[in-house]
Amino acid sequence: MSEELLRLDHLSIDYKVKDGYLSAVNDINCVINKGEVFAIVGESGCGKSTVAHSIMNLLPGGNEEISGKIIFKGKNLRECNQKEMEAIRGKEIGMIFQNPLDSLNPVYTVGSQTAEAILLDKVDKTEAWNRVLKLFRDVKMPDAEERMKSFPHELSGGMRQRVMIAMMLSRNPELLIADEPTTALDVTIEAQILDILIQLKEQFNTAIMLITHNFGLVAEIADKIGIMYAGEMVESGDVFEIFENPKHPYTKLLMQALPSGTKKDGRLQTIEGSVPRITEKKPGCRFANRCPYAKDICFNETPEAVDISETHFCRCHMLGKEEF
Amino acid sequence: MENNSKWKETLNECRKNKSFMIGLIILISICLVAALAGVIAPYDYAEQYVGERFMAPCAKYPFGTDQLGRDMLSRVIYGSRTALWVAFLGGSLELIIGVVVGLLCGFFGKWVDKVLLFMTDVTWCIPGTILALAVVTILGKGLTNSIIAISLVAWASYARTVRAKTLSLRNMAFVETGKAFGESNVALMFRYILPNIVPSLIVLVSLNLPGTIMSTTTLSFLGLGSQPPSPDWGLAISDGISNITRAPWLSLYPGLALVYTTFGFNLLGEGLRDLLDPHMKSQ
Repeated sequence: MSEELLRLDHLSIDYKVKDGYLSAVNDINCVINKGEVFAIVGESGCGKSTVAHSIMNLLPGGNEEISGKIIFKGKNLRECNQKEMEAIRGKEIGMIFQNPLDSLNPVYTVGSQTAEAILLDKVDKTEAWNRVLKLFRDVKMPDAEERMKSFPHELSGGMRQRVMIAMMLSRNPELLIADEPTTALDVTIEAQILDILIQLKEQFNTAIMLITHNFGLVAEIADKIGIMYAGEMVESGDVFEIFENPKHPYTKLLMQALPSGTKKDGRLQTIEGSVPRITEKKPGCRFANRCPYAKDICFNETPEAVDISETHFCRCHMLGKEEF
Repeated sequence: MENNSKWKETLNECRKNKSFMIGLIILISICLVAALAGVIAPYDYAEQYVGERFMAPCAKYPFGTDQLGRDMLSRVIYGSRTALWVAFLGGSLELIIGVVVGLLCGFFGKWVDKVLLFMTDVTWCIPGTILALAVVTILGKGLTNSIIAISLVAWASYARTVRAKTLSLRNMAFVETGKAFGESNVALMFRYILPNIVPSLIVLVSLNLPGTIMSTTTLSFLGLGSQPPSPDWGLAISDGISNITRAPWLSLYPGLALVYTTFGFNLLGEGLRDLLDPHMKSQ
C-alpha cells in the first residue's frame, strides 16, 4: 500500500450566519495517498470548495467554525501557525483555482510571476528563469519563450490556466488541489489541461485532489472518488467500484445525469430540486427530500457510513435492504 | 540585444505620450533651474537695492523688484528649490503614511481597520490648517517643520483611497493565488496589492502635490513656514498681495511659477498613469 499523504479526519465546517449556523461540511473522512488522484464530485454548493480551502487554511476567516483534523504528512494543519502555514502553502500543497481569468496578478508578466514563485526557494535569477521556461514547455504553452513576456490579459483562458499550473508546479508540491480547474474553459482546452495534469502526475508523482462536477473528468484521471452532497461525503471508493457498482442513490442519479446516460427521448436526466441549506443539525439523511427511494427512516435517522469493501463506503439506509 | 529592443519600445511609448513628455520637460526645466540657480540668477535673492524698490519689469530687472528692492527674477529662480523640496519631502511623507495606513486597513479589516480608519477620519475632520498650526507650534517654526506638519494632516486622502482600492483587490483571485503560494502578508500587501494601486496613486499624487505646496505657502503666509528672506514663492505671493494694485508683478511671477510647476506635475501624473497601466500598453 502506498504512503498516506493527507487525511481528513471528521472534518466539519460551519459558517456562522444571521439565523444560526450553516453546515457547509459535515464529518468528512478521506485519505489521499502519494501520487494518487482523489476526485471530489458533487453539485454546486455542496461544500467541495470549502473542503479544499480549509486544507490550505484559506477560508475567509472570522465566521467559520472548524472541527476535526486535517493531517498532512502526519502533521495536523489546523494546529499550524501563520508562519508554518506559509511554508506549507505552495511548497508542499499547491492549489489551482476555478477561474484562471483573474487568478494572475495583472501588473506583472506571467514569466516574472512564475519566477517569483521559484525565487521563494532562494535560487538565483537565471536559474529561476530557466526553470520557468522549462515549466512553460512542460505545460505545453505554445511559443513559451515569447509568452513568458506577456501580461495575463494578453493570454487566453487556457493559456492562463497553463500558467497557473506551471506556477503551482514550480515548487514541486506533493499535493495539488485543483478546484474545478476546467470549469471556466471550453471543452477542447479542458481535454488538453487534463492531459497535462495526467502527464504531470506520472512525471512528478504528485497527488492531486480534483474538485469537479464533471464525471467525464473523473473517469479519465481519478484513482478514487468521493461523492459529496450537502456537505457530507455520501459515498467514496475506487474509481472502478463507483463506476461499476454505485451504491448511493445520489451517485446513481448523478451518473444518469451525464449526457451519455440520457433517456431515449434525448432529454438530459436531472435530479429534481437543489442542494438544501442545512441550518440546523437534525437527524435524517440530507438527501432524503430529493431521493426517489426515501422511506420514513431516511427522514428520522442519520445514516452511518457502511463499508462495502476495504476502500468503498456509502451512507444510505437502503443499502443492501432493497434493490433499486 | 533583447533588452535593448525592449528599452527602445518603452522609450517609444513614452515619446508618443504627449502629456507625459510635456510634463517631463516642465519638471526637468524646473529641476535644472533649481540646480543651476547660482549660475543663472542675475543677483543674489536676498540682496537689497533700496534705491530701486517696486521697479516694474525692465531690461535690468526682467521680473521687476519687490518692496525691498530685491530682484524678483532671482527670487523666483531660487524659489524653485523650495518648491521642489516641499514637493519631494511633503509628497513622500504623505504617501508613505497614507499607503501604509490604507493597506493595513483594507488588508486586515476588523479592529485594525476600525482603529486606523477612526484616526484617518479624525485627521480629515479637523480643518487642515488648524491642525498643521498645532503641529508646527509643537515642532517649531521653519519650512521643513511646516512640511512635516502639512504631511501629518494631508495623508488622510491617500489612506482613504488606498483602503478602498485594497478592499476591492483583497478578495481578487490573484491575491488568493499568492496566498496559496505561501506568500507572507507583507508580500501580499506590497507586491500583489500595491502595484495594482500605483496608477491611481500617481494621479492622486500629481493632484495633491500642488495642494501640499499651497498649504505650505499658507503656513509661510502665517509666519510659521518659510521665514524671510527665504525666496519661497508662497511667501512672495502673500507679500505681494498688499501691493497688488501698485506692483502686480510681485505676486504675478511667483504665481505663474507655481502654476507652471503644478501643471507639470499634473501632466506627468496623467501620462505616467497611462504608461504604467499594462492594459493601455497593449492597445
